[in-house]
Amino acid sequence: MRAGAFRAEAPVAPILSVRGLTKRYGGRVGCEDVGFDLYPGEVMGIVGESGSGKSTLLNCLAGHLRPDAGEVLFDLGKDGMRDTLALSEPERRRLARTDWAFVHQNPRDGLRMTVSAGGNVGERLMAVGARNYGAIRASALDWLGRVEIAADRIDDRPAAFSGGMQQRLQIARNLVTGPRLVFMDEPTGGLDVSVQARLLDLLRGLVRDMGLSAVIVTHDLAVVRLLAHRLMVMKGGRVVETGLTDQVLDDPQHGYTQLLVSSVLQV
Amino acid sequence: MYVAVKGGERAIDNAHAWLAEERRGDAAVPELAVAQIREQMTLAVNRVMAEGSLYDPDLAALAIKQARGDLIEAIFLIRAYRTTLPRLGASEPVETGAMRCDRRISATFKDVPGGQVLGPTFDYTHRLLDFALAAEGEVPEAATAAPDPAPKPRITGLLDRDGLIETEPASDETPPDLTREPLGFPAGRALRLQALTRSDEGFALGMAYSTQRGYGRNHPFVGELRLGRVGVEVEIPELGFAVEIAEIELTECETVNQFAGSKTEPPQFTRGYGLVFGQSERKAISMALVDRALRWEDLGEDFTGAPAQDAEFVISHGDNIQASGFLEHIKLPHYVDFQSELELVRRIRAEAAASAAEREAAE
Amino acid sequence: MTQAEIRGEAPGADYTFAYLDEQTKRMIRRALLKALAVPGYQVPFASREMPMPYGWGTGGVQVSAAVLTPEDTLKVIDQGADDTTNAVSIRKFFQKTAGIAVTEHTGEATVIQTRHRIPEAPLTEGQILVYQVPIPEPLRFLEPRETETRRMHALEEYGLMHVKLYEDIARHGEIATAYAYPVKIEGRYVMDPSPIPKFDNPKLRMAAIQLFGAGREQRIYALPPYTEVVSLDFEDHPFVPGKAEGACALCGSETSYLDEVIVDDRGGRMFVCSDTDYCAGRRAAGYRGEMAAEEGGA
Repeated sequence: MRAGAFRAEAPVAPILSVRGLTKRYGGRVGCEDVGFDLYPGEVMGIVGESGSGKSTLLNCLAGHLRPDAGEVLFDLGKDGMRDTLALSEPERRRLARTDWAFVHQNPRDGLRMTVSAGGNVGERLMAVGARNYGAIRASALDWLGRVEIAADRIDDRPAAFSGGMQQRLQIARNLVTGPRLVFMDEPTGGLDVSVQARLLDLLRGLVRDMGLSAVIVTHDLAVVRLLAHRLMVMKGGRVVETGLTDQVLDDPQHGYTQLLVSSVLQV
Repeated sequence: MYVAVKGGERAIDNAHAWLAEERRGDAAVPELAVAQIREQMTLAVNRVMAEGSLYDPDLAALAIKQARGDLIEAIFLIRAYRTTLPRLGASEPVETGAMRCDRRISATFKDVPGGQVLGPTFDYTHRLLDFALAAEGEVPEAATAAPDPAPKPRITGLLDRDGLIETEPASDETPPDLTREPLGFPAGRALRLQALTRSDEGFALGMAYSTQRGYGRNHPFVGELRLGRVGVEVEIPELGFAVEIAEIELTECETVNQFAGSKTEPPQFTRGYGLVFGQSERKAISMALVDRALRWEDLGEDFTGAPAQDAEFVISHGDNIQASGFLEHIKLPHYVDFQSELELVRRIRAEAAASAAEREAAE
Repeated sequence: MTQAEIRGEAPGADYTFAYLDEQTKRMIRRALLKALAVPGYQVPFASREMPMPYGWGTGGVQVSAAVLTPEDTLKVIDQGADDTTNAVSIRKFFQKTAGIAVTEHTGEATVIQTRHRIPEAPLTEGQILVYQVPIPEPLRFLEPRETETRRMHALEEYGLMHVKLYEDIARHGEIATAYAYPVKIEGRYVMDPSPIPKFDNPKLRMAAIQLFGAGREQRIYALPPYTEVVSLDFEDHPFVPGKAEGACALCGSETSYLDEVIVDDRGGRMFVCSDTDYCAGRRAAGYRGEMAAEEGGA
């Protein structure tokens, strides 16, 4: 599935529209005048070396950082497109635990390490009002299965899990409420190569089956090659090139993108 | 038996009578006068005034006597008494720069305008038990001299003049008072300083020590430590000017700490501040170190997770009256709660035993 | 040395009615009114240092001092009993500083200060029940930071509370909280009912006014009469009040909350009502438990 083909079939409205997003740290630019549209079911990859502003951008989009200028419009369904930066704190938090999800690079940042795997997956359900223990547990079991964690580990704490398992648990915990938009910050960072491949495979299946829209930040071009329909290449806080993933990776136009692409093995 | 479990009024009365007797000790030994405690246990009196937040050496001495020398208990008595006192007004800020110093030292400069004054200090005494004191002899009088009229400007003021230390902007804002307003977080520096000056000396010392050992290190020098008396002035609305109503003894410590700076700002030393009632040097220095550690955010430093950097942690746990009360309340009966836990544990254990038996039967 | 002695007055004249000065009482009453207006919300108040230690009922004592009038009749209980040491101490404090009438009978009291229990006899309109609260924050042991728990209440982020209950069931097969069992007030605030046994939770919806005072933590909260109080649970693991099986050895009650008393070192024990006034009332009405005969010699 490729984004171009997808959009040709279904010319729908974007789920996320970003306009003129700018964040500065004192005199230093975090990200500058970034804008793009993300369509339902589409995965946008943001690549660049460290310090390029891609993590700043992701955190501004997800509401973790307050940008200095710009809009982050999200399709709230019946309320239409709303600027999430203008939402009240309760509205933004509700969004963060229902329609949105955020997968951290370090699973420790996204998991409760002292709570069992089942409790980790169940938390978002309970946060939105689930009050049937059996149903919550069944959901947790279902999701542990989907991320390939054995059912008999449900009452174990994530501290006893390997890095790859922790990351899969974090993904299950995020996706259990069926979010419409997922932000991922280097989801495969810090994992062994073989573990990365398995996780990527799993993510690709989930994104496809659930029709998720996602924004993935990574420095690893292999990740976006597998997952992203479209790419944005960032350097010094600015977007230097954007386009369909294959197009950007196979025929890079900007000098910086050419450097990025040439410095890695082709996948 | 049942009545004995429930304690009772007579038991309390008897316990209090016995306590009074224990407080007096052997009646063959002369009773301590409050004035003796005030004059000869001065540092204990100072600590009770400082942590009791009430400057009254007579009441502090009385509290120490009543508390059998338990200083936290004495501080508690003073705090409870303080609650009942009406708040008539607030004084003008005391001018510690014009302090009539008994002691004034700087560790950052060999000599300073106004001079180094050693004063009455344990520093440099050899900690050898002095058996002559047990013989109750009188001490020979110390040598005296006329008061030195030379002004003793603050050392940090000298650094400030050259721009070498951060300037603390002056403010005429009325500082918050945690004994009148509920404590809220984040707490500003004025509130933190109030909490620190009232805090338990041992707690402040432990926190300060932890910064020296690397948990929130901030490289302090004692820029200046001064001990002496200052006038307390209150503005009388009917008169339209301030009059001096009292003179109190204070210990003030200003530390000069590692510098902060950036590409655009040239480096400057930073400050920590301690001010305590009476002669309480250990507390004043501790307070300055902890104050400095708590300022990481204002100074653009990193939070390293050190306890002494965490204002909510430090302020919530430094008060010995809160801490000892809550700690000791677990002596109170809790049998209702314990009973409910006992039932729960018994039930869960019985269920576990039953399901184990079931499993065995099935196998 | 006291102010009174300095002024040549009798000792005791130092203190206003019920110890606290009028300004402080007004400050506490303002907090109480706010607490009643927003049931279950923890109102910060400038708790004063009282002549009893923090953790020993300073919050309850300040609330009582603020609501007492000279016409009131006060009852003080600790663990349900009027004659436990701390209850005696607090009752004496108010007798001394307020000179008010005191009682051990629940029905006669206009103000009841309690630690860890709700009386067995239903309270009526016009009565005030004042709770001593050690830790007012129901989320405290899930999140130690006050700044964060206040935000969680403001935004109704209570998912974590249910995670705790979920973990209990996953580990023990049931919710392993036996006292200070969290409740939700009028569908809004999650509240700690103070360390009462969960047996008492159903009584929290009552005719009397309930005021909660936490002195050390500087918080006041309240439940107006007939406020809806729901103990947190799961549909398939509903809240169960629970108490010791059996009947009171003195009055034979099978419905009151029982204390376990160890009678020898061979495992012998008896159960007696924790509410001493309730138990005495039943015995006066002729009810007898199985060990009631021995009671005459106690």
